[in-house]
Amino acid sequence: MSDGYTPGTEAFTMVPAGTQASDKPATRRNVPTRGGEANPSAAQLVAKFGPAIVRTWVGCGETNVVVQAERIHDVIQWLHEDHGQRYEYLVDVTAVEYRDAGRPLEVVWHLRSLSFLRFLRLKVELPVRGPLVVPSITDIYSGADWMERECWDMFGIRFAGHPDLRRILLWEDYREGFPLRKDFPLRGRFSRAEQLKQVLAADPEARYSKEELTIAEAFDSLPEDMRRRIATDIASGDDEFGE
Amino acid sequence: MSTRTVEVELQQTQLDALGNVVRAPLVVAERGGTVGAASPLAEPGLESDHMLINIGPQHPATHGVLRLVLELDGETVVRCIPHIGYLHCGFEKIGEYRQYNQIIPWTDREDYLNSMGNNVSFVLGCERLFGIEITPRCTVLRVIAMELSRIMSHVVWVGTTAVDIGAFTPFLWIFQERENIYNLLEGWVGARLTTTGTRIGGMAADIPDGWLEGLQAFVRGFYKTLDETDKMLTKNAIWSGRTVGLGVMSPVDATNAGLSGPMIRASGVAYDVRKDFPYLDYETYDFDVPVGLHGDVYDRYLVRMEEMRQSCRILEQAIARLPDGPINVNDPRVILPPKSKATSEMESMIHHFKLVMEGPRPPAGECYVATESPKGEKGYYMVSDGSAKPVRWRIRPPSFVNLSAIPQMVEGHLLSDVIAINASIDIVMGEIDR
Repeated sequence: MSDGYTPGTEAFTMVPAGTQASDKPATRRNVPTRGGEANPSAAQLVAKFGPAIVRTWVGCGETNVVVQAERIHDVIQWLHEDHGQRYEYLVDVTAVEYRDAGRPLEVVWHLRSLSFLRFLRLKVELPVRGPLVVPSITDIYSGADWMERECWDMFGIRFAGHPDLRRILLWEDYREGFPLRKDFPLRGRFSRAEQLKQVLAADPEARYSKEELTIAEAFDSLPEDMRRRIATDIASGDDEFGE
Repeated sequence: MSTRTVEVELQQTQLDALGNVVRAPLVVAERGGTVGAASPLAEPGLESDHMLINIGPQHPATHGVLRLVLELDGETVVRCIPHIGYLHCGFEKIGEYRQYNQIIPWTDREDYLNSMGNNVSFVLGCERLFGIEITPRCTVLRVIAMELSRIMSHVVWVGTTAVDIGAFTPFLWIFQERENIYNLLEGWVGARLTTTGTRIGGMAADIPDGWLEGLQAFVRGFYKTLDETDKMLTKNAIWSGRTVGLGVMSPVDATNAGLSGPMIRASGVAYDVRKDFPYLDYETYDFDVPVGLHGDVYDRYLVRMEEMRQSCRILEQAIARLPDGPINVNDPRVILPPKSKATSEMESMIHHFKLVMEGPRPPAGECYVATESPKGEKGYYMVSDGSAKPVRWRIRPPSFVNLSAIPQMVEGHLLSDVIAINASIDIVMGEIDR
C-alpha cells in the first residue's frame, strides 16, 4: 500500500518567511453552490473497497461517501497513505443526529488533500439505539485526539482504540448524558435545583485527575471517599444515559 | 538539602551582517524522570520528585480560562495535560433551536476577536445551502470585513503576546490601531465587538458615506504602526531570545495534527484556505502567503506580522474595486421587503411577518464552508432537513485543534517558555469551548 512515502513530506514547498509569493497559482474558482464535480477519490474508493462503500453522492459541491463502520479505519488509512489520494489533513470529526428518529446517527469525517486540493466527507451510519462505536483514527492523525473526545463528550460515540477517551468540554463526572443528542433537552436533564446542589457539593480538589494526583503523590493522602470516587469515575466514563 | 552552584551560560543573540537573527539549533533540556548518567547534574542526592504545577484557569497568561496541569522535572516540562471547557455554553446545541439568522449573533461570541469574519463565514454556509450567489458589492464588502477582522485579531495577538513576554510598548501602540478598527466597524454596523454584521444574502447595512476614506486612512497609518512594531520586536534580542526555537512543529507534525492558519504556515506548509479553497473571489486578489521555515514561536510572529501587511494589500485592492449596486440579493426567500412596503402593502407585510417569525427555510442538504480566520481554518458544517432551524450546526474551531497540539509543543521546554508557546497559538477560549 505505501512504498516508503511518508504522508505530508513531498507536497510542501518551503518558502522563506517574508514577502515571497506562494507558488500555488490562484486559479481555482469559488466553490459552486449547487452540484459540482465529484471528487475522483469517491470512484477510486468504490473501485478499491467495493461493498464497504455504501453509497456516494455530490451535494453543494462536496462529495459524500458513506462507509461501513468496520471498514472506516482502513478507508481513511488508505486515503492518508496512498500516493494517488494523499489526504494529509484531517479537518474535522463530528456527528449528526437527525430529528427524524428513524434516521441513523451519522459520524462524519472531513478530510482534505493539500497536495491535490480535494475535500472529501466520509460518513458512517450507526443505528441510534445500537452500540455507538467506531474505530479511532488517532493512530493516523494525531489531530483526531481532541475531536474524537469532543464527539464522545457531546454524542456518546465511543472511538475504539482512542488512548484517552475522556470528556473534554464537560467535566469528567458530568452525569446528565450527552448534550448534542436529540433526546437531550435544551436546559439539561436535571432540574436547576439538582444542578445547583451538585455544583455546591463539588470539591475543587477533585478537579485533578488520578493521573495528575499520582504525579504529585497527593492521591494517597486524599480522604478515602474521594479516592474511591476519583478512581472509579474517571476511567469508566460510563453513565446511566450512555447506550 | 544540599546546596549547589549551577553555572548558567547566557546565550547572546547573534545578528548577521544583514541584521537578521542567527539561529542556533535548539538545545532541549534533558527530559524524563531519570536523572541518569547522561545528565551533567547527576550528582548523588540531587534527584528530585516530579512536581505538579497548575496554571489557570484564572491566570493572565493563559488568555482566558485555559488550565494547564504541568508535570515538571526541575524546571523542565515533562508532561502537559490541558483542561478546557470552562467557557462551554453549548453554542451548537442552542443553534439547533434557533433560526439561521438568529444564529449569527452566536457566531460573534465564539471567536470574539474575529466576530465580523465569523458572521461572514456563517452566512456563506447558509447561502451555499440556499444556492444563493451574493451581489458583487456584497462580496467586496465581506472581503473588507474579513480582512479588517484578521488585522484586529493579529493586532491583539501581537500586543498580548508582547506583554506576556515582557514588552509593554508595542501593546500600547498597536492597540490604538485596534481602536481605529473598532471605530470603523462601529460606523458600519453600529457595534464594536459583537457586530452581527451580515445577513443571509447580504449585509446588515451598507457602509456609510465617507467610510471608505476612513478605511483608506487607517490602512495608510497602519503600515506605519506595523513598521514601528517591527522595529521594536523583530530584531529585539530579548524578544528573539524568548521566541526563537520554541515550540517547534515540523511540517509533517503540523499537518498531521491538523494545525491551520499561521501555526501551520510558520511550520513551512503553505496552506491558506483563501488560496487553496477560495471563497468570496479571493483568487482574484493579489496577495502572498507568508511561510515560515522553522515552525517556532518566532516564525509564527513573523508570519502574523506579514499577514497583516498582506491584509492591508487586500484591503487596498478591495477599496479600489468596490462596485456600486445593491448589497442584498433579490431573493424573497431570505431578504425582507423594504420597510416602507411592509407597512403599506398587505403582501409585503405578510412576507415580512413570515420571514421574521418563521425564518428562512433552506432546502434539505448539508455543506461545510471553510474560511481562513485569523486563527486558522474556521469551518461551519451545517445540516438542514428543510426546516427553518438547522439539524446540526457544527463549528470547526481552529484554536481548538491548534491548542490540542500544545503538549507536543511544550514538553521538553522550560516552564517560562510554556507562556510564550501558549501565547503563540493565539487561542480564544470562547471559540475553543463554545
